[in-house]
Amino acid sequence: MKDFAPQPPAHGCRNAPVLKERGQREVFCGLTGIIWLHRKMQDAFFLVVGSRTCAHLLQSAAGVMIFAEPRFGTAILEEKDLAGLACANEELDREVDRLLARRPDIRQLFLVGSCPSEVIKLDLHRAAERLTQRHAPHVRVLNYSGSGIETTFTEGEDACLAAMVPTLPDTNERQLLLVGALPDVVEDQALGLLRDMGVAPVRCLPAHRAAETPGVGANTVVALTQPFLNETAAFLERRGARLLSAPFPFGEEGTTAWLWTIAQEFGVDADTFARVTDAPRARARKAIAAAAETLRDKSIFFFPDSQLEIPLARFLTRECGMTAVEVGAPFINKQIVGPDLDLLAEGPVIAEGQDVDLQLDRCRAARPDLTVCGLGLANPLESEGMATKWAIELVFTPVHLYEQAGDLAGLFARPLRRRALLSGLEGAA
Amino acid sequence: MKLTVWTYEGPPHVGAMRVATAMKGLHYVLHAPQGDTYADLLFTMIERRGHRPPVSYTTFQARDLGADTANLFKTALQDAYDRFKPQALIVGSSCTAELIQDDPGGMAETMGLPVPVIPLELPSYQRKENFGTDETFFQIVKALARPMQRSAHVSANLIGPTGLGFRHRDDIVEVTAMLEEMGIGVNVVAPMGATPADIARMGAAHFNVLMYPEHAEAAARWAEKTLGQPYTKVVPIGVGATRDFIAEVAALAGVPPKYDDSRLRMPWYSQSVDSTYLTGKRVFLFGDATHVKCMARMARDEMGFEVVGLGCYNREFARDIRALAKEYGVEALVTDDYLEVEKAIEDLAPEMILGTQMERHIGKRLGIPCAVISAPVHVQDFPARYSPVMGWEGANVIFDTLVHPLVMGLEEHLLHMFREDFEFHDEAGASHHGGAAKLRALDESPAAEPEPAMAAAGAAPAEGNIVWLSDAERELKKIPFFVRGKAKRNTEKFALEKGVTQISVETLYEAKAHYAR
Repeated sequence: MKDFAPQPPAHGCRNAPVLKERGQREVFCGLTGIIWLHRKMQDAFFLVVGSRTCAHLLQSAAGVMIFAEPRFGTAILEEKDLAGLACANEELDREVDRLLARRPDIRQLFLVGSCPSEVIKLDLHRAAERLTQRHAPHVRVLNYSGSGIETTFTEGEDACLAAMVPTLPDTNERQLLLVGALPDVVEDQALGLLRDMGVAPVRCLPAHRAAETPGVGANTVVALTQPFLNETAAFLERRGARLLSAPFPFGEEGTTAWLWTIAQEFGVDADTFARVTDAPRARARKAIAAAAETLRDKSIFFFPDSQLEIPLARFLTRECGMTAVEVGAPFINKQIVGPDLDLLAEGPVIAEGQDVDLQLDRCRAARPDLTVCGLGLANPLESEGMATKWAIELVFTPVHLYEQAGDLAGLFARPLRRRALLSGLEGAA
Repeated sequence: MKLTVWTYEGPPHVGAMRVATAMKGLHYVLHAPQGDTYADLLFTMIERRGHRPPVSYTTFQARDLGADTANLFKTALQDAYDRFKPQALIVGSSCTAELIQDDPGGMAETMGLPVPVIPLELPSYQRKENFGTDETFFQIVKALARPMQRSAHVSANLIGPTGLGFRHRDDIVEVTAMLEEMGIGVNVVAPMGATPADIARMGAAHFNVLMYPEHAEAAARWAEKTLGQPYTKVVPIGVGATRDFIAEVAALAGVPPKYDDSRLRMPWYSQSVDSTYLTGKRVFLFGDATHVKCMARMARDEMGFEVVGLGCYNREFARDIRALAKEYGVEALVTDDYLEVEKAIEDLAPEMILGTQMERHIGKRLGIPCAVISAPVHVQDFPARYSPVMGWEGANVIFDTLVHPLVMGLEEHLLHMFREDFEFHDEAGASHHGGAAKLRALDESPAAEPEPAMAAAGAAPAEGNIVWLSDAERELKKIPFFVRGKAKRNTEKFALEKGVTQISVETLYEAKAHYAR
C-alpha cells in the first residue's frame, strides 16, 4: 500500500519553545475580513457598528470596491448614541430597516461588532435576535465581533463563520465539510479533485448563498482550508462534527498531504488517489521549480499577520529550499497547525504575538534575504535595503492547492527578482 | 447612528498623525486598540514614505480593559521616549480610548519626562480629520512657539503643509521660490519638515504664509495674536490668485512685488484658439473648501468654464463656501455624504467634474470626465514628477490636468458632424481609457437598436408623464454621448414648462434653440 504522507524531518517544531511577546502590535483588526467575505457570500451584507475610524479602515483597505456598490457599510456612532440621548437599539433598527428596504437582494445581515461598540457594551447579539424576528423569513441577522480588541486580521473570518455554526441545520448525513472562504476558482478545483476520488457529498462553509448553507452533525467530517479558523473548528466540534488533522493545502506536498488525509478518511485507495493527483502533482512541482531557483538558500523572516505563517514557512523551507529565521504568528493553535509544525525542521524562532520594535530589532540584526510583513513595515524596510513581501497579498490571492502552487512560490520570488532586475538603479528617496 | 460607506475624512487622530508624520523629532503616542495601526499604511503606501510614521500605539486588547490600559499607556510612552528620544511628544486617544477615559495628558504629566509632552483633545465622535490636523498643529505651536526678536532679514513661515496633503510637497517649493524672488527668506516650514526646535523659532518670522487654512488657520490666528505676526489670506492657486498673493506678501513684507513669470504658459494656452471649445463648459466642483474656492475662480476666469455647482465636505468652512456659491449664482453643497454629491452631479449633468477621488469614481459611473483637485486622493495623485498646484508652475500643471480628460476640440467637431460614427460612439469608450473599442458593423444603424432612450442617455426616466416619441428618441441618440444627458434633461424640462407631454423631434430642436448659448 503506497503512502502519500510527507516525510517529517528528524526534529520538527511542534515542541520548539515559543517566544511569546506582548507589546505594540502592527496588525489589522478583524473588520478587514469583510473585504473578502462580502465577495464570497453573495447575498450577505456586513454592517459594522462602529466609529469613523472603522469606516476609514474599510475604505482604505477596500479601495476601488467602495464604488462597486459594496455589500458592507458602517453605522457610525454619534455623540448622541454615546451620551445615551438616543436609544442605540432604536437607531440600529432604523438603519437596518432602511438598508433592507433599499436592498431586497440581502438574505443574510451580519452586525459586526467593533472596538467602540464593545467598549460601550452595545449588545449586538440581542439586536441580531430581535432583528431576525422582525425580518424573518426573508433575512437572517447574525452578529460577530471584528474588533481589534478581540480579533486580528483573518480572525474576523473565523468569528464570522463561528457565528454561523449554531444556526446551521442538523443533519446526520455522512459528509465532508470544507471550511474557509476560498476564491471560487480554488474551491472548484478542490471539489473537482474530491469528486474524481469519489469523496461525496462535499459541502462548503461559507456557501455562496444563504439557501446553500450546509447542515452539520455527528457524521460530518471537517477539513479546514485555512489555519486561522480556531473558533469555527471548536464550534463545529460542539455540533458533533469531527476535525481532520492535516497540513494545510499550500504547495504540492501540503496539498497532497491534505487530500491524502481526506482520502484515507473516506476509504479512497492509493491507486485511485494516484490516478487523480499524479498529473496535477507533476504540474505543481514543475511550476514551483521555476520560482525555487530564485528562492533556494535564501533566508526568510515572518512578521505576524494572518496565521498563514507556519504553513507557508513549511512550504517555503521544504519545497522551495529557503531557510526560516523567525516565524511570527499572531496566534498559534497547536491542535490546528501541529501537522505543519511537525514538518517544519527545527531552527527558526517560533514567535507568538508581537512587540513590533523588538521584533524589528531582531529582523535588522538577522538581515534576512526576504521579510514577510504588513504594508505598514514594507516600504520602511525596503528603504533600509531589505527585500520584503507584503503579507496581505497572501490572503488576497488564490494560493491554495496544486494549480496555484507555482503562483504561491512566485509571490515570494517576485520581490527578489525585481531587486535583481533593478540592481543597477541608483538613487533613492 | 449614520450609515456610511465612504467617508471624505478620517477620524481626527488621523489628522494628528498627518502632523506628526510631517514633522521630524516629534513622536505621537496614541492610546488606541489593536488594529488602529492600519493608518500607518496611508503614509507608507499612498504617500510612499520610506519610514514608519512616528506613532506608537498602545494597541490594547480586550484582556487589557480595566485598570491595565492606563499602565499600558504609561509603558508605551516611556518606551517611545527611551527608543526615539524625540524633542517633544504629543499624546492623545483614538475613538475607542476616548470611551475608556484614561486621560493620556494627565498620565503623561505624572511621568516627568524631560521633554515637552503636549496633550491633544480630539473629539472623535463630533469632529474629523481636518479638525485633527488644525487642532494638533495649533497645540504644538501654542506649546512651543514664543515671541522673539524678528530675523534681521525679512522672513516668513510657511504653515499648513502636512503628511498626506494634496501636492503639499511641491507647493512648498513653488511658494519658497516666489518669496525668494522678492528677497523674503523662509524662516520655518511647518508642520512639513519641521522639528519641535524649529517650531520654537517660528516667532522670528515677520509674517506667516497660511498655505492651507484647513490645517493651520488656528495656529495662524494664535500667532497673529501672540507673536504679532500677520498672515496671508490669499491662497496662490491660479494665475490671478498668485498675482494677488504676491501683492499681499509684498505689502506684508514691505517690499516691492517682484516676480518672474517667464515660465508661466497657462494664460497663452488658455487664450490660444485651440482652447476656444472650452468656453462655457459646465463644471461642478467639490472637495476641501480651499481648493474648491481657488479652482472655482480659475475655472471661470482663467479657463472660461461655467461653474454650475460647487461644494465642500468640511463643515468648518461652510460659511465661506455658501458665500462663494452666492457669488457664482449657484447652490452650495456642504455635505460629507458622497451619495448627496452624486445626486447633485446627476441633477446638474455637468460636462466636467473637478473633485476628489470619490468624484472621480462618480464621474466614471456617470460617464463624465473628472479631474482631481483635492484630497482625499489615491496613490496616483502623489506623483513622482514635480506637480505643484500653487504659483506659476501650479497654473501650468492645472491647465494640463483640466484639459486632459476632455474630448479634444477637433474630435468634438467631428462628432457633431458625423454623429454616431461607427468607430466612435458611446459604447466605444473614451480615447484615453483602456479597453478595446467596440466597432459597429458598417451596415448596422444605431437607430435600429430597440434600446429605450433612457438607457442610452444613462439618465432617470422623464418626469411627470412625458413620453419620448420614437423618432425623437432616435434623434436623441445621434447627439454625441458626452452631451446627450444634458440634451435629454433640457428637452424634458422645456417640455414640462411648455406643458407638452409628447416629445417629438420638433420639441427636441425647439428646446435646443431655447437653451442655445
